[in-house]
Amino acid sequence: MPNLTFNGDTYACAENQSVLDALTGNGVSIPSSCRNGICQTCLMRSVSGTPPLDSQNGLKETLKAQNYFLACSCHPLEDMEVSLPDAGSARIQATVHSIESLNHEIICVGLHCENPLEYRAGQFINLFKDATLGRSYSLASVPAHDQHLKLHIRKVPDGRVSGWAHHNLKPGDVVEISQAVGNCFYVPGHPEQPILLIGTGSGLAPLYGIARDALEQGHTGPIRLYHGSRNPQGLYLVNELCALADCHDNFSYTPCISGDAMPADGYAQGRALDVALADIGKLTGWRVFLCGNPEMVKTAKKKAFLTGAAMKDIYADAFTLAAA
Amino acid sequence: MNDTLFDKLGGDGAVNAAVEIFYRKVLSDDRISDFFDDVDMDRQAAKQKAFLTMAFGGPNQYSGMDMRRGHAHLVAKGLNDAHFDAVVENLAATLQELNVPQPYIAEVAALCETTRNDVLGK
Repeated sequence: MPNLTFNGDTYACAENQSVLDALTGNGVSIPSSCRNGICQTCLMRSVSGTPPLDSQNGLKETLKAQNYFLACSCHPLEDMEVSLPDAGSARIQATVHSIESLNHEIICVGLHCENPLEYRAGQFINLFKDATLGRSYSLASVPAHDQHLKLHIRKVPDGRVSGWAHHNLKPGDVVEISQAVGNCFYVPGHPEQPILLIGTGSGLAPLYGIARDALEQGHTGPIRLYHGSRNPQGLYLVNELCALADCHDNFSYTPCISGDAMPADGYAQGRALDVALADIGKLTGWRVFLCGNPEMVKTAKKKAFLTGAAMKDIYADAFTLAAA
Repeated sequence: MNDTLFDKLGGDGAVNAAVEIFYRKVLSDDRISDFFDDVDMDRQAAKQKAFLTMAFGGPNQYSGMDMRRGHAHLVAKGLNDAHFDAVVENLAATLQELNVPQPYIAEVAALCETTRNDVLGK
């Protein structure tokens, strides 16, 4: 009879009993609804022990890769330690390695962790200014490629964390960060599948990581990145991305300007989402990554789905602008 | 052999084939799209999947009370019979697109009908 560990307590899971039944039967409160592996309300994560394949039916590939499973349809074959999705918020110390300016409002902060942080390019961490005040930032670095964690931090008007990062943070400072979380990252498999990445502003950060990670992992299908801003000054890493496109036949980069400023050669005029959809047409079969302005992400998600992308192939981490 | 409606329709596989077609239809239908226009599309798609599983006569443990509670916030926003009819219409169109025989579509519609009063909080 396999044992289940949850929040430090261990429970026996009878044969043919689900994780959900075993835990709730012992008075543990786990959210659930349909109890048939459909509604995904009882989503949990295995910290140790492999969840049976059946318990991952219908989950996104990125959730499967992180050992998420549905408690109602999980009949463990081995001992498992499980947690609810929001757990795992332990803090880690990191040292500021570098701070570079990317454009007039965005800096790149390089962080060094004594014990390498486990993450996938495109996930995000919380950066803490003090014990209670933190903000989420996406990782623009690629584990196999970059020695340090890289964050793109835009100066938000009156932003308490971004203001601190822009004005006070300096190399050598020790800061606290969270574990990496989020489902917006590249999963190997289907190397020929076309990939579309659309970002605005500092939403480029995860996409820059994901694109390089996919190339690193031998993705052969087209990878098309559209980065949008109101004016040319809002774009950044333009030279790096053009160079990346020169090195890889299957990677293309289109900087998009939505404002009136007359774009120079090589820039597309219009919003990144509109330019991308006009270029590509139907998105049936595409894997789509979206990041940036919450309104853009919401609209893009819907448009990508309505023009044929499968829900499972649309990745976006909901970025909400916290009240300053 | 007396297969259930769910088996005759093709079980889980049929739900998977239908759910995205159905969700695209309701999101594009101006009469009802507002009710489905959730920020969290993944969660919304999972809800549609649960709904289709139920409508196909598949395994579900939703009670009439669950239906009432689950839709009360939409009833407060004005969900009415016309919206209910539009959803069933989109579901029928989805099944037609998947070449499901007409008698089965009628059975699905009849199953939906049994939830009308609970969904609309009558």
